[in-house]
Amino acid sequence: MKVLVPVKRVIDYNVKVRVKPDNTGVDLANVKMSMNPFCEIAVEEAVRLKEKGVATEVVVVSIGPQQAQETIRTALAMGADRGILIQSETDIEPLGIAKLLAAVVAEEGPSMVLMGKQAIDGDNNATGQMLAALLGWPQATFASEVAVDGASASVTREVDGGLQTLSVALPAVVTADLRLNEPRFASLPNIMKAKKKPIDMKTTADYGVDVAPRLTVLKVTEPPKRSAGIKVEDAATLVAKLKEAGVI
Amino acid sequence: MAVLVVAEHDGASVKDATNKTVTAALALSGDVDVLVAGSGAAGAAAAAGAIAGVRRVLHADGAALGHGVAEAVEAAVVPLMAGYDAVLFAATAGGKNIAPRIAARLDVSPISEIIEVIDGNTFVRPIYAGNALETIQTSDAKKVITVRTTAFAAAGAGGSAPVEAVAAADAAASAQFVKEEMVKSDRPELAGAKRVVSGGRAVGSAEEFNAVIEPLADRLGAAVGASRAAVDAGYAPNDYQVGQTGKVVAPELYVAVGISGAIQHLAGMKDSKIIVAINKDADAPIFQVADFGLVADYKTAVPELMAALG
Ligand SMILES: Cc1cc2nc3c(=O)[nH]c(=O)nc-3n(C[C@H](O)[C@H](O)[C@H](O)COP(=O)(O)OP(=O)(O)OC[C@H]3O[C@@H](n4cnc5c(N)ncnc54)[C@H](O)[C@@H]3O)c2cc1C
Ligand SMILES: Nc1ncnc2c1ncn2[C@@H]1O[C@H](COP(=O)(O)O)[C@@H](O)[C@H]1O
Repeated sequence: MKVLVPVKRVIDYNVKVRVKPDNTGVDLANVKMSMNPFCEIAVEEAVRLKEKGVATEVVVVSIGPQQAQETIRTALAMGADRGILIQSETDIEPLGIAKLLAAVVAEEGPSMVLMGKQAIDGDNNATGQMLAALLGWPQATFASEVAVDGASASVTREVDGGLQTLSVALPAVVTADLRLNEPRFASLPNIMKAKKKPIDMKTTADYGVDVAPRLTVLKVTEPPKRSAGIKVEDAATLVAKLKEAGVI
Repeated sequence: MAVLVVAEHDGASVKDATNKTVTAALALSGDVDVLVAGSGAAGAAAAAGAIAGVRRVLHADGAALGHGVAEAVEAAVVPLMAGYDAVLFAATAGGKNIAPRIAARLDVSPISEIIEVIDGNTFVRPIYAGNALETIQTSDAKKVITVRTTAFAAAGAGGSAPVEAVAAADAAASAQFVKEEMVKSDRPELAGAKRVVSGGRAVGSAEEFNAVIEPLADRLGAAVGASRAAVDAGYAPNDYQVGQTGKVVAPELYVAVGISGAIQHLAGMKDSKIIVAINKDADAPIFQVADFGLVADYKTAVPELMAALG
């Protein structure tokens, strides 16, 4: 079976995000960008499915600027087979991304779309669910374990209160949570090999779907700052302070 | 404008997250209905009717709705949306799972985790792990929204809304519930708790987590939380994770034991009223947000704290 993995290029999770002084957004100039960590987990899972002989081909797709090629190359170095870059210089909302991905699914015909549960820039946690709905496919979000069994997959999900297991008929959309796996580091030989793997270059216009924004960002501001308090000497002083503050 | 709130419930009662979502809905409109979709959830439907400010409760009853499977809830909600301008879910694992599906079906851009309602089209939400807040305006005629529950007070009791049965449409059987393993606990629920004690990687093992973090939580009547590192290492169940991609909490008292204070963790607790940090590294970033910091080895500090609490 073919697995499609959508990957997003985002600000690296270690970077301290700064709001622009003019409140139009966050400062992305000269900051380190990486693959969204949840997408890395999705790529890892797809590659493991291939290594187990369950998946036959792993295709990664990214929608973003020219530089998102690097993100695709990272996935190829981890073991994905080929990439598709849909170039867009503007940010597209999850609804538009889901529509583009649905068009890619129509062309590629994967049995599973494995993707991140959330992109750590917009923190939307929406695209996978929307793609599943547009395709009329079942979804299994926040996966911590995926077992493919012929025409269906058994997926353990991280839910409020514990874990839930669903059985979804394939094709299905699965979104990865943190505990699904620990992504590998690409080895140098695999990074070299990835340079020769094909990336299909597309633009949003190639798919003829409406990706016009529905949301306007009026402003982006800093959250209220929390100032550091005091260090206390010992546990007894701590208890006294907490009583004073009225919280115990 | 008419607003539908999709309730989160256990069959017998509605979760506090729903009361908070109702508050956000009432900021949009006075016409707020609550949908209780479930299997044998008449108790929850009655409870929803008792929330102050609710106009009407819609009760969809069907076997497929028993476990909140997204496809089944979608089939119940989408037909109702002809009569509503907005649908709101709590931004819980359940709400986040379903809301975007509904949005896609309605061809709407969903708005995730709002913390403020400016007007019927304009909302504030955190982005980048809460390091920035965006004010966004939607041009969609219908709105699909999830609500960060820590940002809204719970609507109280005292309502007496009528309960009406609505159809539970058949959903495709392509997603089937198999089983669930829920963490049993007599402690308060993490998301709405007044006090939270969380343990981090420093705690070192599940046994130590049980022996040190849980008794302190019990002594304080607190819920138990954990950092991602503690959950990944198996010291605590996944459901305990506090942070950007776990639970967001804002208790009156948050005690972080052996947690460094990575931005992803702070994203889930920095709106707590009083933050206490116990960490042996005086330079740990957690101290930059802590009201009271104790630079100490937790192995001695926590027993001393238990003793001082009496
Ligand atoms: C995509 C993504 C999402 C994430 N989401 C989350 C999330 O939702 N929640 C979350 O928590 N993290 C999240 N993280 C992980 C986060 O970046 C940190 O790695 C994590 O929070 C660290 O956990 P920790 O503080 O327990 O461990 P560490 O950073 O290892 O800190 C341990 C601390 O314990 C102290 N210590 C050690 N021994 C003792 C002792 N004996 N007594 C007292 N103190 C001691 C140390 O000084 C140190 O400060 C996420 C990361 C990514 C990439
Ligand atoms: N621009 C994009 N290109 C490719 N995949 C994306 C893009 N945006 C979102 N995704 C996928 O959707 C997931 C969830 O993102 P979001 O709904 O934005 O939080 C990500 O982890 C990706 O797998």
